[in-house]
Amino acid sequence: MQATSETFESLRNDFPVLERKVRDGKKLVYLDNAATTQKPIQVIDAISDYYKNNNSNIHRAVHALAEESTEAFEQTRDKIAEFLNIKNSQEIIFVKGTTEAINLVANAWGRDNVKEGDIIVTTEYEHHSNIVPWQLLTQDKKAQLKYIDIDDNGELMIDQLDEYLSTGKVKLVAFSHVSNVLGTITPAKEIISKCKNAGVKTLIDGAQAVPHMKVDLTELDCDFYAFSAHKMLGPTGVGVLWAKKEILEKMIPYQGGGDMIREVHKYETTWNDLPYKFEAGTPNIADVIGFKTAIEYLQKIGMENIRNHELELTKYALEQMEKVPGITLYGAKEPEKRGGVVSFNFNDVHPHDVGTIIDKDGVAIRSGHHCAQVLMEKLNVAATNRASFYIYTTKEEIDALITALQNVAKVFKL
Amino acid sequence: MSGDPIYTEMIIEYSRNPSNYGKIDEPHIHRHDSNPLCGDSIDLYLNIDDKKITDVKFDGKGCAICMACSSVLTEMIKGKDLDDVKKFEKDELLSELGLEHLIKTSPVRIKCALLSLKALKYGIYSYFAEKMNDVESAGNLKEEASSLY
Repeated sequence: MQATSETFESLRNDFPVLERKVRDGKKLVYLDNAATTQKPIQVIDAISDYYKNNNSNIHRAVHALAEESTEAFEQTRDKIAEFLNIKNSQEIIFVKGTTEAINLVANAWGRDNVKEGDIIVTTEYEHHSNIVPWQLLTQDKKAQLKYIDIDDNGELMIDQLDEYLSTGKVKLVAFSHVSNVLGTITPAKEIISKCKNAGVKTLIDGAQAVPHMKVDLTELDCDFYAFSAHKMLGPTGVGVLWAKKEILEKMIPYQGGGDMIREVHKYETTWNDLPYKFEAGTPNIADVIGFKTAIEYLQKIGMENIRNHELELTKYALEQMEKVPGITLYGAKEPEKRGGVVSFNFNDVHPHDVGTIIDKDGVAIRSGHHCAQVLMEKLNVAATNRASFYIYTTKEEIDALITALQNVAKVFKL
Repeated sequence: MSGDPIYTEMIIEYSRNPSNYGKIDEPHIHRHDSNPLCGDSIDLYLNIDDKKITDVKFDGKGCAICMACSSVLTEMIKGKDLDDVKKFEKDELLSELGLEHLIKTSPVRIKCALLSLKALKYGIYSYFAEKMNDVESAGNLKEEASSLY
């Protein structure tokens, strides 16, 4: 399917919240999609239908509702496998989000595979969720945490990775597929290939990639990949850790409890098969089921079409914003090198003041450090404004952002 | 945007030219505080002589609301007796800048407005506890600081 901007605009009808008026009757201009996306009525209905018609715990009871719920829950796993080209759906573990997925690896894999003197490598443009778990692990193990720095164009200085790998001490390289602040698309294949040659494991935070572009995990061939449902039309509280089976089989469980066991005796327990070994306790059943509908919705549009739509919007936003006096843009100059995220500062006005003033015109962006304080230090700013786009975003909304910025200039007498 | 309830002339002016902005070397009280969610970050410095605040300065990075409130706070407490300052209430600060409405209208931005006051209360809490052994005042101040917002 070749999708036009009209096709994308017509999708807006599926999103009830986009009809909303905010702040004394202003039309909502939602440009905070990197934080979370809105949900189409199809996803909302899927969750509410589940509670109306099926609600039951899964994997244990033999009654009709339990069987139906288990089947629906497992269908999402199969859908994710199809969506990301994963050969074995047993390698898909449901967690509550990207953060938990990374913590799972830091704990369950890190415990047995990282020792004193070892190195974990991450990057300067990571979200705190891909920094703090590694700080905790390396501090605990007396290991070291190293960073791949970014250059002036917001791109990783990959040469530094070669230096780290040459020490022979690196155990894992953890990086985001797309930066949540700069939008930079990481050259994942290049990093993975270097790591493979050095026998080093790779973990990718895909929270800002899977929702926006085609991701093929068989082709990518990293070791761990994490992402969240709520950034791709799905509900909050659902995320995925994908890892290769041979790695997962050797890992100790992350949490103990129901569903993750095979047999429990007074002093010893044997583990359930994958993926249940890592899914202790009753999972977020309704939302996992709703997530399947979200993926189907994205598949219907096509991930290439979504990528092209966002590229078009990003190009437009960068062009228009460059014309506004006093704007500082962060990240790569070339739109092809980035996802649908534009971070900026406006004159010397603090991003919170920008955010509050344009909110009065109904324009919702994110102001702050975006859980990326290491990057803020690098950019030497306290915070930035971030506008981020998705399938329902229009050029008119980008215009509305720019018009709203003129009010900021007025208030601050710029 | 005339008559903006937050961004008054006074706030914009203070944000551009904050009062008492800077650092005191070897101050009697130094307190750093930040708002983790929004990133405002300030350091407050005080010198005390015979229970009077003889000098006060602040520095750091913050939004216009944070800068204006920190400025006004330092102006209001300079030269005051610590016993009066410990009784200082948030409404006194907010009303000075016409921001009392923030408590109701913007629970998010109230944190920007009260960050410096929180730093002040914690700062003099430590001072009362360590330097003056006034456990009761210290306890009250800590309680107040932690429940400001």
